[in-house]
Amino acid sequence: MDMATDTQPIAGGAPALLVKNVSHNFGENLALDDVSLEVPPGRFAVLLGLNGAGKSTLFALITRLYDNVTGDIRIFGHDVRRRASAALQRLGVVFQSRTLDLDLSLKQNLLYHCALHGIRGREARKRTGRALQIVGLADRAREKIRNLSGGQARRVEIARSLLHEPALLLLDEPTVGLDIGSRESVINIVRSLVEKEGLGVLWATHLFDEVRPTDLVIVLHKGRVLFTGSVPELLAKTGTQNVSDAFRKITGTGVTEMAA
Amino acid sequence: MSAYSATTRNYEAVETRITERAWEFDPPRLGLRAYVTCFDGIVWREVLRYLYQRERFLSALVRPLIWLFIFAAGFRQTLGVSIIPPYETYVLYEVYVAPGLLGMILLFNAMQSSLSMVYDRETGAMRTLLVSPFPRSFLLVSKLIGGVAVAAIQAYVFLGIFYFWEADLPPNAYLLLLAAPTLLCVFLIFNGATERFSEAFVQNCLAATAIAELAVVVGVIYYWQLSAPSMNYIAVLPALIISGLMLGSLALFMSSVIRQLENFAGVMNFVIFPMFFASSALYPLWRVRESSVLLYELCLFNPFTHAVELIRFALYGQVDWTSLAVVLACTATFLGAAIYAYNPSKGLIARRGGPGAGV
Repeated sequence: MDMATDTQPIAGGAPALLVKNVSHNFGENLALDDVSLEVPPGRFAVLLGLNGAGKSTLFALITRLYDNVTGDIRIFGHDVRRRASAALQRLGVVFQSRTLDLDLSLKQNLLYHCALHGIRGREARKRTGRALQIVGLADRAREKIRNLSGGQARRVEIARSLLHEPALLLLDEPTVGLDIGSRESVINIVRSLVEKEGLGVLWATHLFDEVRPTDLVIVLHKGRVLFTGSVPELLAKTGTQNVSDAFRKITGTGVTEMAA
Repeated sequence: MSAYSATTRNYEAVETRITERAWEFDPPRLGLRAYVTCFDGIVWREVLRYLYQRERFLSALVRPLIWLFIFAAGFRQTLGVSIIPPYETYVLYEVYVAPGLLGMILLFNAMQSSLSMVYDRETGAMRTLLVSPFPRSFLLVSKLIGGVAVAAIQAYVFLGIFYFWEADLPPNAYLLLLAAPTLLCVFLIFNGATERFSEAFVQNCLAATAIAELAVVVGVIYYWQLSAPSMNYIAVLPALIISGLMLGSLALFMSSVIRQLENFAGVMNFVIFPMFFASSALYPLWRVRESSVLLYELCLFNPFTHAVELIRFALYGQVDWTSLAVVLACTATFLGAAIYAYNPSKGLIARRGGPGAGV
């Protein structure tokens, strides 16, 4: 179709998400300093960083809340600034803050988000049903969001982000404030999406136990990317036994700072 | 190919599956149907949300009714309104003030919905709206029109109540008309305190009340042989929509640019009151000129005056061309300014920083 010059052919293997040399500052405060990272299709990538590391700023730039002034952000080869529509059609997002209408039912919430992607009628109802099935809430479609627990609401937000069948999923600290059981189920849902559907996932977190050995790890600290690679590479590079120690060593943060 | 040599094997394993997916091609172009779907979805959500938030529904209705029943009734004898277009006879003050109160409904709604759009832009619902693949200007206009739809619902309920108020029925008729809503209110307050009944039961009660009220309305009209309303309730709709859009975009522009307007108290003091009182909503402009020429000039330059006049003439099936021109021009200007100012990635809001930013 209309392959613009700034679009790399997908067959050539454009990464699901490419961030290249992106800096961003709020006034004097440099929130992101020359950040580059890459999420291949079908990979579970963990963006590891403490609060204030710049994770949310990065997400704001990828989702075009702010424009990236420097560098390049591409989703499957589509520049988010110049070909925003094509980029956003491939992108599903679960924001850190709650974004569902509490007084509307699960189904009403999801149908609204179908509409935001131009999907209506029978197709919208079909996708809503399927998305709710994926997150295991199909039997509660008519209930109000207000009556759900935090973990269930999170699962609905994941269902919401899947409605337009994105190929890349961004999740900004999706497990914050959830109890252990809910955390498990949210993580398992997203991981099985990676395995079964081949979604690329960028999962921002500060909880080290959410990292698995097969994941791609990106360490973001004070606005800079300190490490990108697999878990074995991270451990080998730092000479440590687990991700938490490796993170401490690579960022130079002590135990007290971690607890804060 | 992959930059992550250690993980290449994994990468290839999933790659075979990815090529089977449809999205290796460009996503489908968004056609006109998709735009209509998106517009419908946004407007419908605003309406649904309004209907489900019962407190908001009630309080939005009560405000203009207080003005009508108390303020206007009190002013009835104080303020004589002579025959000015579009009126062909002497009119009661209530009749004069009705378009102004419709304007007030639009004004309050515009302020409320625009404020929430500014407040929500970094958290919550606005962000999911902005990751929709449709152009942002289209999304914002749809959202503003959704707010206007909510205001229009309130305006029509107000007009319905005004119709019976104006009809001057015997007390029995009013008792009949008020019975179902009163019962419902008592029930809702009781249930709010005790939470004794399930949500489904409450929903059924709401539906039953609506049906009962409709039956009462039809019965009252039939029994007392009420005539058709003195005002044109259909012609007023376009006037309500244009005026609502003008006020909504003005509110969005102002609250995007002026930090101090981020809470409702500020908006009340600095926007709603001046706009409402320095207009033709409560008193005809020739009366204002008698007391102060300066105030008269101010009123003339107030876009809200023209919105009210547009609605006033439309209620009698007429067009006030000056007001229409002013309102249309203001709508275009404010809308453009609002879209520019609000756009979080380029507009003034980005420079101003987030709501929590101490800049």
